[in-house]
Amino acid sequence: MENIVFDQIKKEIASHDVVLFMKGTGVFPQCGFSAAVVQTLSEMGVSFKDINILEDQTMRQAIKDFSQWPTIPQLYVKGEFVGGCDIVREMAETGELAQMFDAKGISHSKAA
Amino acid sequence: MGMDAEHIQALIVQGIPDAKVEITDLRGDGDHYAAHIISASFEGLSRVQQHQRVYQALQGRMGNELHALAIQTATPE
Repeated sequence: MENIVFDQIKKEIASHDVVLFMKGTGVFPQCGFSAAVVQTLSEMGVSFKDINILEDQTMRQAIKDFSQWPTIPQLYVKGEFVGGCDIVREMAETGELAQMFDAKGISHSKAA
Repeated sequence: MGMDAEHIQALIVQGIPDAKVEITDLRGDGDHYAAHIISASFEGLSRVQQHQRVYQALQGRMGNELHALAIQTATPE
């Protein structure tokens, strides 16, 4: 079972440049931490694939095991785990997030 | 539910012995904390790896009885 979900995760992060595993959707986040990451990405003009783990209890546990990360949201860029809410916020503040998007060829509108 | 700040601090120091840990109870409700953790053992690790070390020290409590703990990690100056 786990392998099937892991394959599903691998497929998602391979087929979309920016993937956010979150509670709720990009339009309607259902948790403050997920909303914070959505806001950061939106402010930077970065489009992303949202995956609502509240709609899939198997995925909800599997993504934690897959990333070895106990909390949601989780941001993946070009198949690589970037971090959760705290790391994304810190990277946005220091400008590292914009640098990473540049380095990975992800278009964004803001240099912050 | 919830954990007190001393317990969180004790677990982190138990897992990362040289850690300097500062816990802030963000809302005074014993449920939303921020932890600032400085350890030489974070040297050379990515942020994700540093946070994973903290999660390991918390022994599975993060995301369970510990609902909201904002983590900031650093190496000594």
